[in-house]
Amino acid sequence: MSTTPPSRPAASAAPADPEAPTREAAASLAGVETAPPPRHPGEPATGITGAQSLVRSLEAVGVEVVFGIPGGAILPLYDPLFDSHLRHILVRHEQGAGHAATGYAQATGRVGVCMATSGPGATNLVTPLADAYMDSVPIVAITGQVPSAAIGTDAFQEADIRGITMPVTKHNFLVTDPADIPQRIAEAFHLASTGRPGPVLVDVPKDVLQATTDFSWPPRIELPGYKPTTRPHGKQVREAAALIAGARRPVLYVGGGVLKARATEELAELAELTGAPVVTTLMARGAFPDSHRQNLGMPGMHGNVTAVTALQKADLLVALGARFDDRVTGELSSFAPDALIVHADIDPAEIGKNRRADVPIVGDAKETIAQLVEALRAEQAAGRTPDVTAWWAQLDRWRQKYPLGYDWPEDGTLSPQYVIERLGALVGPDAIYAAGVGQHQMWAAQFISYEKPGTWLNSGGLGTMGYAVPAAMGAKAGRPEVTVWAIDGDGCFQMTNQELATCAIEGIPVKIAIINNGNLGMVRQWQTLFYGGRYSNTRLHASNPDGTPKPVRIPDFVALAEALGCVGLRCESKDDVDAVIEKAMAIDDAPVVIDFVVGHDAQVWPMVAAGASNDDILAARDVRPVFGDGQV
Amino acid sequence: MTRHTLSVLVENKSGVLARVSGLFSRRAFNIESLAVGPTENPDLSRMTIVVDAETQPLEQITKQLNKLIEIIKIVELESGAAVQRELLLVKVRAPLADRAQVIQTAELFRARVVDVNTDTVTLEATGTPDKLQALLAVLAPLGIKEMAQSGTVALGRGPRSMSGAGTLRPVERTA
Repeated sequence: MSTTPPSRPAASAAPADPEAPTREAAASLAGVETAPPPRHPGEPATGITGAQSLVRSLEAVGVEVVFGIPGGAILPLYDPLFDSHLRHILVRHEQGAGHAATGYAQATGRVGVCMATSGPGATNLVTPLADAYMDSVPIVAITGQVPSAAIGTDAFQEADIRGITMPVTKHNFLVTDPADIPQRIAEAFHLASTGRPGPVLVDVPKDVLQATTDFSWPPRIELPGYKPTTRPHGKQVREAAALIAGARRPVLYVGGGVLKARATEELAELAELTGAPVVTTLMARGAFPDSHRQNLGMPGMHGNVTAVTALQKADLLVALGARFDDRVTGELSSFAPDALIVHADIDPAEIGKNRRADVPIVGDAKETIAQLVEALRAEQAAGRTPDVTAWWAQLDRWRQKYPLGYDWPEDGTLSPQYVIERLGALVGPDAIYAAGVGQHQMWAAQFISYEKPGTWLNSGGLGTMGYAVPAAMGAKAGRPEVTVWAIDGDGCFQMTNQELATCAIEGIPVKIAIINNGNLGMVRQWQTLFYGGRYSNTRLHASNPDGTPKPVRIPDFVALAEALGCVGLRCESKDDVDAVIEKAMAIDDAPVVIDFVVGHDAQVWPMVAAGASNDDILAARDVRPVFGDGQV
Repeated sequence: MTRHTLSVLVENKSGVLARVSGLFSRRAFNIESLAVGPTENPDLSRMTIVVDAETQPLEQITKQLNKLIEIIKIVELESGAAVQRELLLVKVRAPLADRAQVIQTAELFRARVVDVNTDTVTLEATGTPDKLQALLAVLAPLGIKEMAQSGTVALGRGPRSMSGAGTLRPVERTA
């Protein structure tokens, strides 16, 4: 882990938009505190407080940025933090701190850190912890706790956060002795970042922060029960290679584990060596370039017809860091019925959990794929190469017949898919895109081309609405040199937009595209399809008793953006889309919010209904693909 | 369903029992009995967990248990290759007229009388779950006032142990 001093992005000196004077003031606030020269990380110390020991531990472990909010129980920690070179970003809600840590981790590959006080501060972290747990994101949460003597007495702002977060963290600690602080922090970072990554929470009572202790680094890590298997079993790898060499209809089913393991170069080599088609799940967008001929795109509930059908008709699935999630498999019993399964994952519990594996491989994706490439070379040297010519002929016919697409709304309103497609085209593959959860998330996964790892951030497993704004903030804080766009729904945006104040004040110029259809769009789509068009409680806009919209914007997202210290823009017609995106791209010294007012009847297609078989994919409403290729 | 006995060495730390029981409930695994106690090593505790599961779900249970950081080792004890015992305390109605029969029954099951008064007798018995069930079946007509029964504790037969030299083979961490 890096131990270099953090690069605090300088507040831009560029003249701000005259219409938003608050931004200027805000930008000048960022970075005014003059920190003392950084001490040597890990320098031993005696007679310091537990809080000082904790700050020194965070410095020594290589932390650069911390997202958090102080409060009573964690106050002792914030005192030495004031003198540290650690950058603390004061968020507006602890949920924002948690998702920011996740966005930071997903964009940089380093451990994200968030902090909160006891009780409600800590419980506000539960959602982002659960989110990071589902998506295997390495974050560490530090929470203050009431003094040891008060634990268990229902003291003010007491919550058993260790008990509460047991099911949603990889591990958690309650520190009872200040001497243990360096070791617990080192263990927390080790657990979060190795094996299958995940969130770790460290709960520290106030008296432990206040007590006198000594600090030395590095501490001993004592985790006798933690031995992740990273090296794959050679025999299993050779068996997998033999299956691949003999396959006629193989598919590489690539999941988020490939990104976590930074194995994208190895994946590209494997793909090109085998000639096999690749599908990248929602968590793996960007693991393999969308522009690559072999990339069929995203499988799953809203995957494209070719990717979904390729899995169904395959004779071999090579699952790499993927977990056969129900959103990918559809009805499990009819998923990929003819396929043998090679399942490689670092977590042995994923193998065989949902689908029996014919060749299980436990190991780190990077090592596993590298060894698979080697084993395949040996197969090829022996004259065994997969013949995928006929398979590609069939796949290409499907691709041609069922490309991803959308219809322009009949009522002439702006098409949300068009907005997202243009955004991707104009902004390009070097930017980072963070999405919320719902229709806009699926369109962003479908209609933007991802070429590079770490450029697509979203809440896949937990499906956490409100993820996008704070995650984009975290990503931008971690990679200030990269353009970061959040693509958010108007429902999601109203859950966490307060972090835009944080962005404005801290000099974190993210860009937000609100796909504003005035509704909880995905829920509305289900109501259209499965509940007879009865739109119970999905309208967010002000409406008359008959459901027609009132001519008033509640909230007015442009005004809201300005109030939060951002530039607010609006776009309501196709002709303005490019111009408004370009205008946002030209603003570099402040967060920008674009309110894209779109129609509410657009739907996400293709779709496999929840619990239905992937065989019953609908390319569009009531349009069932006819493959007409004969039996495969 | 099939009964499986898992012997689990865990770090002797607070909260481990909560992690294990929480894991069973949230993943909808059935625990038939669970017993925790110290081991020859003060840093470790042993949990003996009896679960009702078919082979495939059992594999998922042991894999998920192995993911808990504070779990050191899991061994499945096959019934033929392990000694398994439960402890039963049972308070039986024993007026003078029935007392001899109660005591005779206790002797047949090698149970001991640990408390006696004018109305009741309390027996202590150890054995396999089957044996204790049989004892209870005989005592039931006499009137059981109260009973307390422990979970199963078990050790593998033979010279090997779960820690130290010649260890028992753990349930595989890998697939």
